[in-house]
This record gives sequence, C-alpha cells and structure tokens, in this order.
Amino acid sequence: MAIAFDEMNGLGEDLRPAYQELSRWLKETPPDALEYRRQEAELLFRRIGITFAVYGDSEAQERLIPFDVIPRIMSATEWTLLEKGLKQRVLALNMFLKDIYHGRDILRANVIPEDLIFQNPVFRPEMNGQDVPHDIYVHIAGIDIIRTDPDNFIVLEDNARTPSGVSYMLENREIMMRLFPDLFSRHRVAPVERYPDELLSALRSVAPHNASAEPTVALMTPGVYNSAYYEHSFLADKLGIELVEGRDLIVKNDEVFMRTTEGLKRVDVIYRRVDDDFLDPLTFRPDSALGVPGLMSAYAAGNITLANAVGTGIADDKAIYSYMPDIVKFYLSEEPILKNVQTWRCREPQDLSYVLDNLADLVVKEVHGSGGYGMLIGPAATKATIEAFRDKLKREPEGFIAQPTLALSTCPTCTDKGLAPRHVDLRPFVLTGSSHTTIVPGGLTRVALKEGSLVVNSSQGGGTKDTWILSE
Amino acid sequence: MLSRTAENLFWLARYVERAEYLARTIDATLRVTALPAAYIGKTNEWDSALLTAGVGAAFYDHYEEANERNVVEYLSFSSENPSSIKNCIEAARLNSRSVRTALTSEMWDTINSAWIELQAVWNKGPANREELAKFLRFVQETSLRFDGSAYRTMLRNDAYWFSRLGVHLERADNTARILDVKYHMLLPEEEHVGGPLDYYQWTSILRSVSATTAYHWVYRETLKPWLIADLLILNDTLPRSLASCYSNLVRNLDQIGVAYGRQGASQRHARGIRNRLEHSHMDDIFQHGVHEFIQEFIADNSRLGEIITKQYLI
Repeated sequence: MAIAFDEMNGLGEDLRPAYQELSRWLKETPPDALEYRRQEAELLFRRIGITFAVYGDSEAQERLIPFDVIPRIMSATEWTLLEKGLKQRVLALNMFLKDIYHGRDILRANVIPEDLIFQNPVFRPEMNGQDVPHDIYVHIAGIDIIRTDPDNFIVLEDNARTPSGVSYMLENREIMMRLFPDLFSRHRVAPVERYPDELLSALRSVAPHNASAEPTVALMTPGVYNSAYYEHSFLADKLGIELVEGRDLIVKNDEVFMRTTEGLKRVDVIYRRVDDDFLDPLTFRPDSALGVPGLMSAYAAGNITLANAVGTGIADDKAIYSYMPDIVKFYLSEEPILKNVQTWRCREPQDLSYVLDNLADLVVKEVHGSGGYGMLIGPAATKATIEAFRDKLKREPEGFIAQPTLALSTCPTCTDKGLAPRHVDLRPFVLTGSSHTTIVPGGLTRVALKEGSLVVNSSQGGGTKDTWILSE
Repeated sequence: MLSRTAENLFWLARYVERAEYLARTIDATLRVTALPAAYIGKTNEWDSALLTAGVGAAFYDHYEEANERNVVEYLSFSSENPSSIKNCIEAARLNSRSVRTALTSEMWDTINSAWIELQAVWNKGPANREELAKFLRFVQETSLRFDGSAYRTMLRNDAYWFSRLGVHLERADNTARILDVKYHMLLPEEEHVGGPLDYYQWTSILRSVSATTAYHWVYRETLKPWLIADLLILNDTLPRSLASCYSNLVRNLDQIGVAYGRQGASQRHARGIRNRLEHSHMDDIFQHGVHEFIQEFIADNSRLGEIITKQYLI
C-alpha cells in the first residue's frame, strides 16, 4: 500500500499550516508530560462513567473507548468545503426518502433498480404515503468521512438511522480544555458546545401540528444495558429532556404519554435511539419488550414525531450507497461535492466477477452489516479466510459490496513507541430542523490505534480524538 | 418527573442507607464480641446481627454456623444475599445509571467511585480485621458523601424529596429492626439485672445507630434501658429515631403534595404514624408491649412504602 496522506505532514515532510502551532507545542512538551495527561484523561473518563458496552463480552461489560490526546485539526477552508458537501448530501437523503415513500420518481426514472428498494428488509411499507412534518426524515445524520489526499472528502458511510458518538465529540472537547488550556490558548478552535441547543431546537421545530406551543421532547433509550446508554443519558441531561424507556410510555387514543409522578403527560417528539424493529411490538417485532404498543398508530395519526423517522435505513443501506452520487444529481441537479468510495455491487455479474478475481486487494462488506463486523479486508486476510469469503460471495452475491482498500489519511497519535501516524476517519453530525440545517464545527474523529490497522470502530480497538476546526 | 425516575431515586437512597446500616451493625457486633465472655453472656451476637439485618432464615441456606467469618461474609460480600453491602452498592449504581439525568455529578461520582473501589479494592473481601475495619469505614463514608452531596447539590424539587423519602423510610425500618431484636433487653422489669452484661449490649444498640454520644447529651444519665427506647423511638432530635424519620417523611410528602397541588393516601398514612409517635409516652408503649408496638410500626412503615409506590412510582 502506498504511503498514506498525513493530516499533519501531508505526503512527506511538508508541515500543513493548520498544524504549525501543534507541531511547535509538541516539540516543547516532554513525552512523559503527554503520557501523564493521557493517564489523567483516562481517569476522568472512568470517573465520569463514559463507557460503552461490548455485546457478547461479559468480561468487559463496561469499557472505555481509548482517548488520544493529540487533536486532529482542520483549517476553516477545509471545513467550509466539507460543510457544504454534508448539507448537500443530507438534503439529498431527505428528498430521496420523501420520494421513496411517496411518488417514487427516482424509480420511474430508472436511477435505482426497484428490487433494491422493495426487497430490502430496511424498507418500511408502513411509511408509504405517510407524511412527516416538514418532509424531514433524517433529523440527525452522522456521515463518516475519510480522506486519501488533501483535496477530497470521501463519504465512507451515511448513518441515517440512530447515529451515535456525539457525546464523545462533546466530552473529548471538555476534557481537552481541562488538560491542555495552554494549547487551546495558542489556537482559535471553533466551539462545539452549542450542539445540544441546536439539537433541541431542531427537534422542537418538527413537532406535530397539534402540539402545544412548547412541545414536549423525550429521548427514548433501549435501557441501561444498551452499548450507547451513556450517550443517551448524557444527551437527555444536556437537552434537559426526559430519558424514557418503552415502559415509561403509553399510547391512548393515538396520543403518546409518559408516566410521571403527576400522572400522564403528553409527548410530542421522541428522539429515539431504538431501532425501527423494536419501536412497536404491534407493528414490528412482537417479541420486543423495548417498544411501545400502539406507537406506530399514533405516528400514523400524526400525533407524534419520531426522530429520525421510521424507514430511514433505506437511505443509508450499503446497497444504496453506491447510488448516492446519482441520487444527489437526480434531486438537486448539482454535482456531488463529497465523493463516494468506488464500489462494486456484487449483485451485478460483471462487478462480481471482478471482485472474485481481486479479493486479495479489496474490502468486502455485508450490505446489512455495521460496526466493522462481517467484513473482509483482503490485503490483511489469510488465504483460507479469503477462500471462505469467496464461497459466501458466490452463494449470496446480493448481500455484499466491495471497495478498494483505501489508504485512509493518518494523524499523529500517542503510541507505546511515542508519536506515530495512525489512520483516522471523521463523523460530523448534521442536524436538520424545519428552517435550516446545522453542523457544529467538528465531529468525532476515530482512530485505528493498531499500527497499520484501518478499522476505527470502537468495538474493534478504535479510539477517539478531539477534532479542531480552526477559525479564520 | 417520570415515575420510573422517582422510583430509581427512592431505591437508590434506600440501598445506600441500607449498606451503611449493615456496616454499622457489623461494626457494633465486632465490638461486643471482642469483649470477654463474662461481659456479653451466652447470646450469639452474630445471630442477632443476622436478625437485625432481616436475613436470619436465608443465611442458613448457605452456612452451617453463624460465626464472625460467615456472617461478615454474608452481610458484606455475598452475591447470594440480595441485600449484602456489595449488592446494595451494585444496585445503587445500577439505579444511578438509570437516572443519571436526575442526579448531580457529585452524587453520581460518589456512587460510581464507590462501585469502582468495591471492584478494584474489595473484590476478594478483606484479608483481616484491620482491612475489615477499613472496608466498613469506606461504606459509611460513601453513605455520608452521598447524603452530603445530595444535601449540598440537589435542587429542592421532587427528585430531592423522593430520594429523601427513600432514606427515611429505610432508616425507620432499620432502627425499628434493631429495637425489635433487642427489645427484651430494654424491658423495665429486667432493670434489676443491670450488670455489665446489659451495659455492653445497650451500648451496642446505641452504636449501631451512632447515638452513644447523643444519649449522654440528651439524658445526662448513665445508660437506662427505657431512656434508650425513648431516644430511639420518640426523641425527635435524634436523626435515626422513628419520630425523626416520620417528621421528615411527613415533611417531604407534604412538599411533594404542595408542588403537585394534590394530597393523597401516602400523606394521610404518614401523618397518621407521625401523630401516633408524637402522642405516645414510653410508659404507654411499655404497657402496650414494646414488641407489639414495634411489630406494628414495622408493618405500618412498609405499608407506607407500598402506598408511595402506588401513588407515585408506577
């Protein structure tokens, strides 16, 4: 693999302008001072209880996501471009969803094959013809961005269901400001702390028409055993809204209420961090104990807004992903600002045969997988693994897509052997309310801590960094 | 607020209070049993520690003999005992995680740190007496920190009141249980016994509700059994007396009632118990029978828990 583009040093030793001050500071700071701060950060995370759970790992029921103290920095110019691209992308996602569940112009125009929608398990027929306030389906999007050169931002994945990680964006900043006040005073870093306010006003702006002037918003969590529970409670706290579980809610006459110490109280907007499948046992999985019976009929009656809407999975599905540039062009008649990773659709015979011939060089992903599970990283896999995957691919080609192994950009990171480049990605969070779309400058930078590793997922040894967007 | 949140706050406070009470019970028992046999008689103090903890029967499902090692283990670290100190702290933390939004960061920090310390330092239990003493102190300090941080940092709203209800209801139950187990030593007709034997038993009762010094300040007398009973049942100035717990319960329930603009069964029931305590004299109680009085109280107190649950928590 070619040498990766480094966020700090570019392709060689040319220090990029946004990193000048950091580089100077790193030279002044003794390595053990960094190590000391790193330990301090870990202690803070543990005390605050910023943990996540790894499913199926009882030893480590609550783990910390490793935090790297070296920030990832972007200039204002880079951010402006990225921001424009993200807004364009999310607008297209929302227009696509509205179209898929209503007129379906895009299918009639043959931009996307029909079966990719209708035979897709994340397509929700319940949403056909259902209107949602202001036609917004994806109120909160987390778009995973990677770079391979200084000029392009590439979307690795759209997360339009229940994207998580924003609490790390906020807490990482909080802890960095506590540990490195000096470093902050030498930069002009755009603040991220208004995210909760932006989120709350976006959520309120999409309340049902018959809600009161001060709509009641609640955050719905699957409960304390969910891997992202910390984030749910953190956000509910920052937003000043109730953190509810399914059992706290009840539907009466197609309205949703929460059980309070003063009796039932109507809820207008639910920021739900529960997957579609578990929302309402009467509509979806009957065995779900997490949901609220009747929620979908209240939704159909227009008495409750769910954020994100039901059925958004059809927009961030990996099979749909490869069509995103066409989707942007179709609805907006603009060239997409953000690139896609080149993607081979294994459902198409010529693509499949190319993929089978080049397995050792490709990354193959399950269309419905997430969290970095169930994928093949060709260059890192053994012959046997590749052969096993070849069989899986032949058996069920429509279940997979393939992409080239990209040299994700790297960023200096604390390792056992001192500072070393490690691969990073970035997940900015895009909020869409009735009147405008907002992106708090920054996002969650995830870093693959193992040398050479490209997997940044927290469940597989990834860590996080604070992300700094410099002001002009 | 959400009923489930109120319920979690209520139980969180109960678990912390219970953990502290267990630690004090063990501490008091250790002191009595350290005395020469002549001073404490033939009663098995570890048996009565189990009784005051309300786990007398369940203990013998797991152990043959109620001795120091077994009882300390069962009350402190056993996973089998649902209300062991360890399980109380774990349950408190689980409740805290469920209601993090309703806790101040200081309260969360207290519980979370205690839970971390429990796992990091105490996962194998104390190796010797000295470590045990350290452990018991750790538990009591956790409870003090928790109470203190609630008092100093929580908004005075329903979240605070429901948490206080948990504290006082649990505390009343604990004090009543000690009295119930030791009541025979407080009966006036046994006064003539008076010897050193009873003296240390009485001290032990006071110690388990941390009232040894208080007793002397209030009565300025040597230990007299009916005065001890008076202190623990009727004296409103002692924070662990039944009377004081009920003053607080009534006040907190009234605050909730005012805030919600509605009174209900729990306000009435609590006021009934408080009035009975207020108008009782020790003489009457002895006439009526201490044992009967306390039994009735324990039943009334747990009934209040049920009424609160029904009115607010589900």
